[in-house]
Amino acid sequence: MSKTVELINLFALLSLLAVGGGTAVLPQMKYDTVYLHHMISAAQFTEIYSLGQLAPGPNMMCVILIGYHVSGWLGALAVLFAFFLPNTLLCYFVSQIWDVAAGSPWRDAVQRGMAPIVIGLMLAGCYALGKTASYNPSRDWEFNALTLAIGVAVVVVLSLTRMNPALTILAGGVAGYFLLP
Amino acid sequence: MSEAALSERVTLGQIFWVFARIGATSFGGGVVAYLQHSLVEKEKWLTADEFMGDLEIAQTLPGLNSTNMSVIVGRKLRGPLGAVAALLGMILPGAAIVMALGFAYVRFRHNPNIALALAGVAAAAVGVLLHVTLKIGWKNLIRLKDLIFVALVFVLVGIFHISLLVTIVSLAPLAIWMNRPVTADRGRHE
Repeated sequence: MSKTVELINLFALLSLLAVGGGTAVLPQMKYDTVYLHHMISAAQFTEIYSLGQLAPGPNMMCVILIGYHVSGWLGALAVLFAFFLPNTLLCYFVSQIWDVAAGSPWRDAVQRGMAPIVIGLMLAGCYALGKTASYNPSRDWEFNALTLAIGVAVVVVLSLTRMNPALTILAGGVAGYFLLP
Repeated sequence: MSEAALSERVTLGQIFWVFARIGATSFGGGVVAYLQHSLVEKEKWLTADEFMGDLEIAQTLPGLNSTNMSVIVGRKLRGPLGAVAALLGMILPGAAIVMALGFAYVRFRHNPNIALALAGVAAAAVGVLLHVTLKIGWKNLIRLKDLIFVALVFVLVGIFHISLLVTIVSLAPLAIWMNRPVTADRGRHE
């Protein structure tokens, strides 16, 4: 039970800190669940996040798998509520009174000011995942060269074509299955 | 279209199913594009301008754009229950699919070939995230005033694991102030 409470506290805070979308909390989520609370391993975190990218719907739905891993169905449900309820409640009430701020020049200032912070957090998220998924010192150079190449190939393909990102992730899985040593 | 006229037409069941269809089909992220197509073009529940106005709120407030949009649009259509119907529709299909993937993962992760496929999936997922980051953030990366904040946040959170709360509370006011409206500044001096 105390583990479930820990989950609720952790994900409810992340819920309210999810500025500019769910991926902004990725670095903190990995640090907290892996290194601070030892709920899952770094490899599991990365794999769970990656699996989540194959599913439709809201980004970061993968969080419920962390909850399930820690304390079963109760944990999954607890994380679902903790991660999605605080920010949606906030949104429900603030959006009702939003018109008060309509036309305020400060809205633009908030958006332009927060943008680089969100990008910094997303880059930190790339780094947190990449440390495990793209360049992992515990693997040999051949393996790392291939995982790095897969990541770069995905960036190039998505920049040049309109391919669905979920398909590039599936393609990465196929490439891993056949190519990785 | 007035909200009163809409609420007579749209039932809670309709709201749930329209959002559930989006929640079940929006593979590969970018839920906003699916929402726009369904709500504005197909169902015509919102005009394009209303959609953009709601999206601005959804993006500014904390939380995911997809769930925030569900709450805002659901509330406009049918009040609190509409918001709940839209939110559940958006969340449930993805949650069910994620759980199914999770069970498959637990079942097969120790198979060495599947482990390699998972390593490939993870390596590709990093690429997807990096691409999105560069796509929406390239403007911030070439603007020195913004780049300082990008770098600072990356180092604080990514390298030194300073808490997100501390980072946002200390840097956001500064970043917003640096982008303060010209008129507000002028008003102060006049």
